[in-house]
Amino acid sequence: MNQTASKKRAARRGFTKALGDIYAVLIYSIFYIPVAVMMIFSFNDADRNFFWKGFTTRWYGELFEFGNHDLWESLAYSLVIAILATIISVVVGVLGGIGLKKFKFVGKKFIDTMIYVPIIVPEIVLAVAMLIIFMTIGVKLGMGTILIGHCTFCIPYAVVTIKGRISGDNETLQEASMDLGANRVQTFWRVTVPSIMPGIMSSAFLSFTLSFDDVVMSNMLAGASQSTLPVLILSMNRTGVTPDVNALTSLIVVFMVVGMLVSNGFTRHRKKKEAKLIAEAESAISAARSKM
Amino acid sequence: MTANAPALKKKRHNRMPMLAQAGPVSIWMILFVTIPMLFIIYISFMSRGTFGGVEYTPTTESYATLMDATYFKVILKSLEVALITTGACLLLGYPFAYYIARKPPEVASKLITLLMIPFWTNSLMRLNAWMLLFQTNGPVNNFLQAIGLTEAPITFIYTPGLVLLGLITNFLPFAVLPMYSSIEKLQKSLLEASADLGATPRTTFLKVTLPLTFPGIFSAIILTFIPALGTYTVTDMLGGGKVLYIGNIIKNQFGAIRNWPLGAALSVLLLVITALLIFLYTRFAKIDDLEVL
Repeated sequence: MNQTASKKRAARRGFTKALGDIYAVLIYSIFYIPVAVMMIFSFNDADRNFFWKGFTTRWYGELFEFGNHDLWESLAYSLVIAILATIISVVVGVLGGIGLKKFKFVGKKFIDTMIYVPIIVPEIVLAVAMLIIFMTIGVKLGMGTILIGHCTFCIPYAVVTIKGRISGDNETLQEASMDLGANRVQTFWRVTVPSIMPGIMSSAFLSFTLSFDDVVMSNMLAGASQSTLPVLILSMNRTGVTPDVNALTSLIVVFMVVGMLVSNGFTRHRKKKEAKLIAEAESAISAARSKM
Repeated sequence: MTANAPALKKKRHNRMPMLAQAGPVSIWMILFVTIPMLFIIYISFMSRGTFGGVEYTPTTESYATLMDATYFKVILKSLEVALITTGACLLLGYPFAYYIARKPPEVASKLITLLMIPFWTNSLMRLNAWMLLFQTNGPVNNFLQAIGLTEAPITFIYTPGLVLLGLITNFLPFAVLPMYSSIEKLQKSLLEASADLGATPRTTFLKVTLPLTFPGIFSAIILTFIPALGTYTVTDMLGGGKVLYIGNIIKNQFGAIRNWPLGAALSVLLLVITALLIFLYTRFAKIDDLEVL
């Protein structure tokens, strides 16, 4: 009797687990179906992507004949902006994250609140507000204004990431470093920066992807200048996206996934090496002790 | 005086790192966030110039225009769609977040990475993919016809339904992540205690799990409702200019229509809604706990 009850319970648990797995697969497929469709249509033998017309790999070939200048120019423009935005945002954001965590000053609470504004307020509102200011004071729209726009939403993410990474340990370490005779600059480069390196890396990654993928700011603040890749895609939508854009996007995704796997591999390798070194050091210490 | 001098000097010296670290970010935020935000509020109370642009005579005309039947309808419709999107994201996302949070940490972190990878594909290309799937002669229609559910192809593209699908798939991860991190923080011992004290799984869920993960749920609401209310790219890509919500109306005021004060007034409306939600949030959670990443 007892046995059948526990069997029943086990069966029920197994059923719930299977249900959970099925549900997770369904949700993941919602995210992966569009990516798969996007990739499949990079092999579409049609001039514009509306319907499937047949299989071809010619878009990948044409991509590397650099025939489509608009596409490559937009990509280059997007990359330059994303790299500059990443550098500026990481420098300002990392310093700001440290500063806002460490110091108290008049108006700090206000700045803390302002940090959250670009993260929470709809992007269109911030974009329009900046557009009005730039137009009113007569700033020429172009790469500079797009860059300012991107940094304005990347910096807050960097600040939040860094603030989350700083703990009490950092303060202690910094004090120890100064006590041992290092000056502020040395302490900053040798102690503070290495201790928040993971935060710096993830805010750089985040800034780059946010900037590279941005449409709203870039569209509003571009003026008559060259358009970024996402803005080009937006403008193509009505007339149909050309499959070479699918090919390029597919390559970017593959590139990012491979990059992630390689960097994960490196991290694992380094951790293993560190663990080995620590183990060796410990055994050396215990060997030395036993000799004493 | 002489005794004070070294102390003063020391204080000045100590300010340098503070200025160097907190200075740039403060200046940036004031220049490019505070001032533009204040200026857009100011512009929303100005008159529309004859050839577009702004005439600096104060008026509440733009806000009166928002109360017009046409604009008011768009506002209500946008709120409704954002609400449905948020509801769907919570209902779909919570069980999913729960599923991930209950896995061992190393599996969970892999599952989260798996969730992020699709977002390395340009968001517009993903939206475009939905359109390719739902084209009049596209795969979905072909399938429906093949199994005999419909005889003539159904028009999906440029309909509010497809826009809604795009909104939900676009914002679902932003609902999943904060809920995941609050469920993950939930202590298992509390659930066990609840069960030991005789609560059924349902009661435990309603009385323990749900209230304790509420900050995560509220973060999810903020991170889906506000962007869904302000988006124009999803509606542009999947609505083809036929489905217009607040975001599109704002954008149009700065493009062809050139009615800046009206666009500013609509932006202020979005700001007010955002501020209200954040105010509600801070009533029971700290703003620093808002899981934005």
